[in-house]
Amino acid sequence: MTDTPLFSVRGLSVHFPRQASAGAGATFAPAVDSVSFEVHPGECLAIVGESGSGKSVTARSLLGLAPAGARVSFDELSLAGEALPPPGSRRWRTIRGASIGLILQDALVSLDPLRPVGREIDDVLRLHTGLSHSERHARVLELLEAVGIPEPELRARQRSGELSGGLRQRALVAAGIAAGPALIIADEPTTALDVTVQARVLDVLSALRDSGTAMILITHDLAVVSHVADRVAVMSGGRIVETGDTDALLHTPTTVATQQLLAAIPVDVPRGVALALPSEEIVTASRTASETNPVAYPRVAGVAESTRGLTPSALSLPPALELRAVSRRFPTRDGSAIQALDAVSLSLATGTTLGLVGQSGSGKTTIARIALGLESADSGEVLLDGHEWGSLNFRERRPRRHALGAIYQDALSSFDPRLTVERILGDALNAGASVTNRALTTTPELLEAVGLPLSIRNRRPLHLSGGQRQRVAIARALAPGPRTILCDEPVSSLDVSTQARVLNLLDELQRHLGLSYLFISHDLGVIRHMSDRVAVINEGRIVETGETAEIFTAPRDSYTRSLISALPRVRG
Amino acid sequence: MTEILAGRLTQPSGAPRGSRGWRRSASNLGVVFALVTLALIMVAALAPQLLTTGQPNDVAPGDAFQGPSPEHFFGTDESGRDVYTRVVFGAGNSLLIGVAATVVGLSLALLLGALGGLGNRLGDFVSTRIVEVMFALPGLLLALVFIAIAGPGVVTSTVAVGLSTAPGYARIIRSQLRSVRNAGYVEAATVLGHSRLRITLQHILPGALSPIFVLATLGVGQAIVWASSLGFLGLGVAPPAAEWGAMLSSGRTYIDVAWWLTVFPGLAIVATAASFTVLGRALNARTRQEVGK
Amino acid sequence: MTDSSDISTDRRTSTPAKRIRTLGWLLRRIGGGVFVLWMVATVIFFALRLIPGDPIDAILGGPGSQASAEAVEKIRLDYGLDQNLIVQYFLAMAKLAVADFGTSYALKIPVAPYVLTQLWSTLVLTIAALLVAWIFALGLTLATSGRGRLARAVGSGLELVAAAVPHFWLASLLIIVLSNTLHWLPPISVAGPLGLVLPVLTLALPLTGFLGQVMRESLINAYEQPFVLSARARGESEWGVRLRHVLRHAALPGISLSGWAFGSLLSGAVVVETIFARPGLGRTLLSAVSIRDIPVVTAVALLSALTFILMTIATDVVDRIVDPRLTKVSEQ
Repeated sequence: MTDTPLFSVRGLSVHFPRQASAGAGATFAPAVDSVSFEVHPGECLAIVGESGSGKSVTARSLLGLAPAGARVSFDELSLAGEALPPPGSRRWRTIRGASIGLILQDALVSLDPLRPVGREIDDVLRLHTGLSHSERHARVLELLEAVGIPEPELRARQRSGELSGGLRQRALVAAGIAAGPALIIADEPTTALDVTVQARVLDVLSALRDSGTAMILITHDLAVVSHVADRVAVMSGGRIVETGDTDALLHTPTTVATQQLLAAIPVDVPRGVALALPSEEIVTASRTASETNPVAYPRVAGVAESTRGLTPSALSLPPALELRAVSRRFPTRDGSAIQALDAVSLSLATGTTLGLVGQSGSGKTTIARIALGLESADSGEVLLDGHEWGSLNFRERRPRRHALGAIYQDALSSFDPRLTVERILGDALNAGASVTNRALTTTPELLEAVGLPLSIRNRRPLHLSGGQRQRVAIARALAPGPRTILCDEPVSSLDVSTQARVLNLLDELQRHLGLSYLFISHDLGVIRHMSDRVAVINEGRIVETGETAEIFTAPRDSYTRSLISALPRVRG
Repeated sequence: MTEILAGRLTQPSGAPRGSRGWRRSASNLGVVFALVTLALIMVAALAPQLLTTGQPNDVAPGDAFQGPSPEHFFGTDESGRDVYTRVVFGAGNSLLIGVAATVVGLSLALLLGALGGLGNRLGDFVSTRIVEVMFALPGLLLALVFIAIAGPGVVTSTVAVGLSTAPGYARIIRSQLRSVRNAGYVEAATVLGHSRLRITLQHILPGALSPIFVLATLGVGQAIVWASSLGFLGLGVAPPAAEWGAMLSSGRTYIDVAWWLTVFPGLAIVATAASFTVLGRALNARTRQEVGK
Repeated sequence: MTDSSDISTDRRTSTPAKRIRTLGWLLRRIGGGVFVLWMVATVIFFALRLIPGDPIDAILGGPGSQASAEAVEKIRLDYGLDQNLIVQYFLAMAKLAVADFGTSYALKIPVAPYVLTQLWSTLVLTIAALLVAWIFALGLTLATSGRGRLARAVGSGLELVAAAVPHFWLASLLIIVLSNTLHWLPPISVAGPLGLVLPVLTLALPLTGFLGQVMRESLINAYEQPFVLSARARGESEWGVRLRHVLRHAALPGISLSGWAFGSLLSGAVVVETIFARPGLGRTLLSAVSIRDIPVVTAVALLSALTFILMTIATDVVDRIVDPRLTKVSEQ
């Protein structure tokens, strides 16, 4: 790591002069405000921040690719001592791809889905090297192997949709590095990936950095940062609020923004302890003024607060939800079948949270659908509050549906887009058989319980922020007065501090209302923080079940061990 | 119209209301133009005497084949009739057939689409096969055969055009219904404990059918073009009634000497069809905005 | 360095399995097509017999013919028109199944060769029109998108108007402008490529409007996708992005649209052939329906349907080649 920086930015600012306001209170603050940093060869600088803090706009502006309608200005922008051209100049074409490479999130849409990945990589070589056709082909195969893709001949001919998540992300990396750029900008390169796959892609990036490439890594995940980055710059509201060496900054953060980011990480916060909430309201360019900051939750009338852990009375109750040896097969188009679930057994004790953790494709969603009665199992039993549930038909289930609620991963598509919040909640309150001793019986009560202002009732889900939507989803789930709630990846699409608030809310509600949660997630950190007991699922089979602390400190199954070891943690 | 042809539409949307969305519509000028044109056409259809003094069949042989002039905006035809007056009176026929044919087509399409979209596998099979057969028969053939059976005229033109447009609508309605049926919010409603009937009435039907309004608007324009094609072939309204397509047909013979006989009725058709299309697309864009793509 | 999750998707992508699936799909489509043809034949059979008048008149050349009663009876027997309708139906279906289209009532010649020659003429017209429409639509869309609001408005406007124009009017306009005023082209179709220009243009321009509108929308969508950003970040020029990436995405909906469009082209061909006095299926159909020449109408209907079905299957195949995502989507 030499002293002269390879890449220097000073005073970068990006405005959107004709920004359409999405809702009341959107500010017109610049998206990026006087950002300055430098990167040395062989060094990885991470830029972290919440969504909306300006990280991605910054990344794109560094390549002269700011979004349409943006006005970019800077005091200095130079690579290897030479000033970079203004946006729109033709000189960029020789710089992009050759001197600076870009790796985006989610290769499924970041690579042209209609073209074989080999061709995408070949493009870079064609544009920036003088190699012949066959030489380029050989180089493409070399690159694919270098990033760890097996059978490169076969894979080069396939399109991004035909590759698994990890393979296509690595192909995207190969395209980014093909011409050997001195600087790589990676914008959330591992966000869409499973934790084990993420670890491998991070290995590839680390190897790149070790071989002398300078890297700017944009992410919201501090744990990833602590493993890969040498220095960190924290962005908030378009400005860089703190910069420093990774270890120092993560151990002794000096700004609120950094502290908040660190505090919102759930994995090491014990069960039942609220994730730290910000002491001041953080206003970023994308937050609307009506996003509230609920510090105190209203006590729900008439319900005694349940204590942490199993109460003596709860022990005598049947499990809130139980699956016994549930199996399910799906026939596939080419004649064979996939065993989605293989003799799965789960037991959710009343008043507790059972965390179900597994990677994508492991069968979590199928379990959720069977538990909710949206699908039937091929064999095995499903019991709700100790009574038969899985073998009932639609009509038989209806009178008991109020006992089991659900929160879905994609809140937006779980709402009828034509309905306002008022109607959604009113609709849910009138659904099916009503429970006489419900705690929350009106829309205002529901909104209050989830910490939303009354003014939100006339909005449509489309015009709410992600956090607000999820709260409405929770309110809707509570409306029929359930005893059990199935949470299917409820916080996966939220950014870190919103996630923290929603998790706190779920926790509070559980304590006040005595709810039981089946909490499904791929995020081990969230699972650890939220669950009393954990079940680990892999390829349709439950590989391990046990108390949270046990699973995370002394896992017995090898798959569980690989999951836990792949989980990046902020290094202590 | 292209939305219909491409076999897809937007997400389920709420009924259009209020004026805020209009301002956001892309080519506002175009929409204004379209509305003005359509207003004129409506007036011409419902109260032609407001726009012209003469009668469409006022023959004046001495004035035949006069070009456009201040007395005769669009010139005169081979019998001395004022072309402008005939175009104005022709609006009524065209609009009537266009709207009625769209109603016929949509009604049939609703039946077929609902059978395919809401029914079980058998219903879907039957409805899809019927739609396929209707598609495979060239529209004009259907129309010709139908008219051969029932004789030319307004009613048969209407039914013929309606039959030709029905399969396209049916396909869209069916796919809308299917996609709404599988939507997340329908499942959420099931989990909440709603009855099947309530889910269908409250979520599936409104969601899938509200684009109908847009479809209809787009479709009327196309129906008018089709109807005038039939008129052109002599299969529509009987002469000497003023009908745009028929006027074009008779104008063809004199195309070397009297270009105005063809240009103006044709302009009327294009203006009407294009205006409906612009209106339909603006509505489409606005409802998309309300509920998101 | 590989992990099991990467390998487990191999099953989806293995080539023999994919081939079998595609073959099965193709067979199902062909089977469906045969079924549709049968239904079309049935519908035509019964519909034509609903037309008022006696089929005999068509054979005899008109209701006023002087044939004697015995001659009429003989003709009735010869043509099998004396039997009960259901029996006639099954006989007709049986004949069609072996591609025996019979003899024309009016022209007294075998239907099949006659109709096939007409078909050829129409096919030339429609396929040329389809190609021209594609070229124009692609050209117009590529030239006027992503270049600023004026260009976009002009392009959109042209497409809008083109799609709203009825064929017969366009034909007349083109004749007025290109034949009568400029004298570039002949007004009536003559043998040879020059006589093809006006008819093809007349058919192609409205279709250009439709195709263009659809392509424009998907082009705009494509430009907003992350892979365009990736391409630009690789140093690809604007035209490179346009041609190598966005073009394919823009053309995609146009492909399936073409299958449908072919049906409407056949309809439009009727009008165009009438105006330009071209031989073809359209004119044949018109006259055959008016004189109730049942075998000819049946043959034309079936041929149109067959062409349409083949075009739909062909466009579906092209679609699946261009966009492999479709091969994995489960059909409902």
